[in-house]
Amino acid sequence: MEELFQNLILGFGVALTLQNLMYCFLGVFLGTMIGVLPGIGPVATMAMLLPLTFVLPPISALIMLAGIYYGSDYGGSTTSILVNLPGEGSSVVTLLDGHPMAQQGRAGPALAIAAMGSFFAGCVGTLLIALVGPPLANVALSFGSPEYFSLMVMALVCASVVGSGSLLKSLAMVIAGLLIGIVGTDVNSGKLRFNFGVPELSDGIGIAVVAMGVFGLTEIVRNLAGTQMTHMILKGKIQGLMPRWEDLKISFGPILRGSSIGAAFGPLPGLGGTISAFTSYMVEKKLSKDPSRFGKGAIEGVAGPETANNACAQTTFVPMLTLGIPASASMALMLGTMIMHGITPGPQVMTARPDLFWGLIASMWIGNGMLLVLNLPLIGIWVKLLQVPYRLLFPIIMTMMGIGVYSLNTSGTDVMLMAFFGFAGYVLVKLGCSFPPLILAMVLGPLMEENLRRSLLLSDGDATIFFTRPISGSFMLATGVLLLLFILPAFRKKRMEVIAEEGQGG
Amino acid sequence: MSIWPGGASQLPPVENQNQEGNTVRPKIKNFQDFWCGIFFIGLGALAIYLSRDYPMGSALSMGPGYFPSWLGGIMIGFGVVIGGLSFKIEGEVNEGPGLGEWAFRPWIVLPATLAIYAVLMDAEVGFVPSLIVLITGCALAHKDVHWRETILLSVFVTAGAVAIFSYGIGLPYRLFWWSD
Repeated sequence: MEELFQNLILGFGVALTLQNLMYCFLGVFLGTMIGVLPGIGPVATMAMLLPLTFVLPPISALIMLAGIYYGSDYGGSTTSILVNLPGEGSSVVTLLDGHPMAQQGRAGPALAIAAMGSFFAGCVGTLLIALVGPPLANVALSFGSPEYFSLMVMALVCASVVGSGSLLKSLAMVIAGLLIGIVGTDVNSGKLRFNFGVPELSDGIGIAVVAMGVFGLTEIVRNLAGTQMTHMILKGKIQGLMPRWEDLKISFGPILRGSSIGAAFGPLPGLGGTISAFTSYMVEKKLSKDPSRFGKGAIEGVAGPETANNACAQTTFVPMLTLGIPASASMALMLGTMIMHGITPGPQVMTARPDLFWGLIASMWIGNGMLLVLNLPLIGIWVKLLQVPYRLLFPIIMTMMGIGVYSLNTSGTDVMLMAFFGFAGYVLVKLGCSFPPLILAMVLGPLMEENLRRSLLLSDGDATIFFTRPISGSFMLATGVLLLLFILPAFRKKRMEVIAEEGQGG
Repeated sequence: MSIWPGGASQLPPVENQNQEGNTVRPKIKNFQDFWCGIFFIGLGALAIYLSRDYPMGSALSMGPGYFPSWLGGIMIGFGVVIGGLSFKIEGEVNEGPGLGEWAFRPWIVLPATLAIYAVLMDAEVGFVPSLIVLITGCALAHKDVHWRETILLSVFVTAGAVAIFSYGIGLPYRLFWWSD
């Protein structure tokens, strides 16, 4: 316990320097601003703003990027409350009751309760990381190559099982991501692989480039494909920001429950904010004395999911910081940034760079406070921003992506690659595939190959090593159970369909 | 995270009734899955083809070709299963989603614009002209092009970008081909 306080003091010492406070603020502000724009989720926002963090020292860069991450997450909620248009998946739930509230002239309380819930969740999440992180990292320090390989297999399968869309397609996307990760120089043999004769590819393809392609460019193409995006901007002024006392009283329970749900789901790969928010919504609706109020502007329906979403956003840092394994595409970007700054991710980060680990955690707490203070007065600006038609907005977004990607390596090749991934991404969207598994696999690809090589070296080429070592074996077992859980109901449903058809036929 | 959790699968199903009426012939019931299967088979095959010159090694000492070849093989396997499941013997109704309407214009114009921008930047034609080309190209991706609006937008956005990125952050790109 004493150690925890010492660590937190160290963290706040780092996060409270003027420089880091400024970058935290800048990240939160810019993140919210871009996150407010419809159709841009946290991943695209982070990828777009990533180049801004390059010139900074590693700690400041990570603090700023984390600020961008939860800022854009919160920005998405603002959009879905004010406009009937979610900026990202997790805001779909906020929209259900947030927008009706806004229509009743209670946008202010909705946004305020979302901010308060998020702040509370942020505190819980931060504390949880501080508590769970060190023991988890200690366990992870004893992992060998087989354990790491199995853990990565589990993470990738988990992300595919719980993600949206078909399991088979997600698993195929994992393989595609691993293949993209192979591009570049093989660390073991020094051989150039999949570089198509392009010298710039010898360092591999940057994760930001791919993320901006598939989450940024593809999304824009998709938005332009639809018929004119109808903006249902809220008319009239937002008055009365502060929620009433009874609002707070009703929201207290949902915020508490939402925090626990989100905090529990966050570290699990693929179980992102959307699922936490949905679960929280369902729980609140079940527990409510009058469930019919839901969908018509019940404040619990905003408080719970928003809190869950933010708690999840916070605890999703746990596996990334302690194991070096990202649980979401945003964390994959975060991990990529760490590697770019010369920090090898993994359990040793906590002991080798305690300033970085604890500084980042402390900054998250501060950043969440900033969100609370910053967003309520700035709502007017966000509303103005939302009134800009998409026709004018997307060229601005494209310009930022173009400049951002070019400045990564001062190379047009990266811009071309982003264009290619945006182009291919649209085809994949049309084929019903989703991208988070691809991004996760892409970061893990080189690590997976290296750990596979080492494991097989250890076992004289015997692949059963992954099943016979106890920890590795349990990861593999868990993976198998996950797959089974998914397949069984599908099987049952299929069988039911067949039975139903036969019944009709007979 | 996309706005539509189900991806394109939420698009309205495309009617594709085969009028031949033969009963035993396998039919594609889900065109989206069918093409997806083909796509992944192709990608897997490409991976194996590209890895042909990399030494395979063995499980004990993996060569640079080992991992990608295996991945390619697994990918082909997934492609075959995904594609295979899209067939249905003696199917009457087309249940699965089709590919939906394809947004050819933005799909071609936006990546092409970025490619041209990349070439211009690499050729050091200058930050300002490159950006103007980029923004103008974006406008062309839209169904209705408003020229006056586009010109105004490109001027303002370029000015803003130069102010923020050249003077603010100090990106060292020359503004025009004649400046240094």
